[in-house]
Amino acid sequence: MLTELFPNVKADRLGQAIYETVYMTSISTIATFILGLAIGILLFLTSPHNLWANKIVHFLTGALVNIFRSIPFLILLVLLLPFTKMLFDSIRGPNAALPALIIGAAPFYARMVLIALREIDKGVIEASRSMGAKTSTIIFKVLIPESLPALISGITVTAIALVGYTAVAGVIGAGGLGDLAYMHGFQRNRLDVTFVATVIVLVIVFIIQIIGDVLTSKVDKR
Amino acid sequence: MIALKNIIKKYTTKNGPLTAVDNVNLTINQSEIFGIIGYSGAGKSTLIRLLNGLEQPTEGEVIVNDLKFSHIKGKELREARQKVSMIFQHFNLLWSRTVAENIAFPLEIAGMSKVEREQRVQELITLVGLEGREQAYPSQLSGGQKQRVGIARALANNPQVLLCDEATSALDPETTDNILDLLVDINERLGLTIILITHEMHVIQKICHRVAVMEQGRVVEMGDVLEVFQKPQAPITKRFVSQLTGTEDTNAIFQNVKEHYPTGKLVKLVFVGERTEEPVISQLVKQFDVSVSVVHGNISQTKSGPYGTLVVHIDGASENIKKALQFLHQVDVQTEVISYAN
Repeated sequence: MLTELFPNVKADRLGQAIYETVYMTSISTIATFILGLAIGILLFLTSPHNLWANKIVHFLTGALVNIFRSIPFLILLVLLLPFTKMLFDSIRGPNAALPALIIGAAPFYARMVLIALREIDKGVIEASRSMGAKTSTIIFKVLIPESLPALISGITVTAIALVGYTAVAGVIGAGGLGDLAYMHGFQRNRLDVTFVATVIVLVIVFIIQIIGDVLTSKVDKR
Repeated sequence: MIALKNIIKKYTTKNGPLTAVDNVNLTINQSEIFGIIGYSGAGKSTLIRLLNGLEQPTEGEVIVNDLKFSHIKGKELREARQKVSMIFQHFNLLWSRTVAENIAFPLEIAGMSKVEREQRVQELITLVGLEGREQAYPSQLSGGQKQRVGIARALANNPQVLLCDEATSALDPETTDNILDLLVDINERLGLTIILITHEMHVIQKICHRVAVMEQGRVVEMGDVLEVFQKPQAPITKRFVSQLTGTEDTNAIFQNVKEHYPTGKLVKLVFVGERTEEPVISQLVKQFDVSVSVVHGNISQTKSGPYGTLVVHIDGASENIKKALQFLHQVDVQTEVISYAN
């Protein structure tokens, strides 16, 4: 019955596209989490009256974040093509999309990390300092655990945005469900392919949201 | 021993420079409970943070445990802080950690092994009376229990000094008394020096040996608690003392008494120590042929003995009243004539 409803959907091609989307989303989400967290913590610690208060570093990091956050993703994708070619020796396939996905999403996430860290009670940081904690201890045992629910809900939002970005990356031949929906579905006027690809993207988004919500409520002991 | 020498702390704010601490000199003895009282903005929060290096003085020297806290940095300062603990008004516990994990945090910082940590945490839990709550999260505790966790955490690395930053100001009166009792118990059992800042005279009265009164960054008065209570000098100290003796709101009553009994004198008597237990008033009536009526009375227990105030209306021949007041002076009862009738 399914083959009658969706005559042009090929299981192997669909499976390949799902794999590529999940691959691109998960790798870029992990990298964005690490990079965005590092930048966010740097922004937080260098802000006025903080542990590493430094106007110049804070301003430069903030400016860099704002610049990369402002470039539309499609343009960033194209701008980074030479860099991608240098890195992977190819501008096709899921790997080719990764630099643009990470560089596009990390500044976005860094801002969310900064907001999450600002929500931490200043008194807790002061108490840790009064106990003789090093800055690294404060980062890993106070800042990250105390802001974890916000960090997780932030990465959930970012991961969902990344699913959307992977679809755009399909345009430069990165593969995935976006590529399938556009190149194979829309361009060849096979609307059933576009429809199935869209539904699967929605399912992926819902799964990410549910995982994010469950994790957030699990770590929140407030 | 703790010493603050010629401490000045200035801040630059949007509204120009601000001197938070202005030329303060203090010496605090070992195993003493020392109170610093003042209204908000008096500079006491800054002062207490100078003692563990959370703030550095603009000028002057801070010496705690023979270490110049005002002149050490980095690793040396961090290690020194493990011996000068602090508890806070809003407890400042990590909500992401259980009671046991919160108490273990300073031990982790000190680099203690997991097995030793678990044993030490259990000792501390027993010390502060939190048995059975080890696995609870701070959000599941009452204010008093949270402060007990704060105290256990502060005591974890066997400090020599405990700094209390308005530690009972967020608690209800009964819980405040429980926490104060715990602090006294710790002071007596462990010989810990306790320095606390507060705006409540009750806290000073209940547990402090000595007190310093701060106003606008300066220490305006300092001495043994009982002495300061008995003979407050600065106007602000008098206000704090009357906060405790309850004479603050009674001026209207005094006015009323004055109107109804236009003769005689309204006198405030201050009794300290053993005097509080002697029948001074009945002696007064018998010996000098005056009538004495009690208008207001109060007695409070301090660390170094009871302290009472009594406001009485003395009536009779003016010669007798004069003699009566002289007698009171002789028996070492402080007198203060509140108003002259006639």
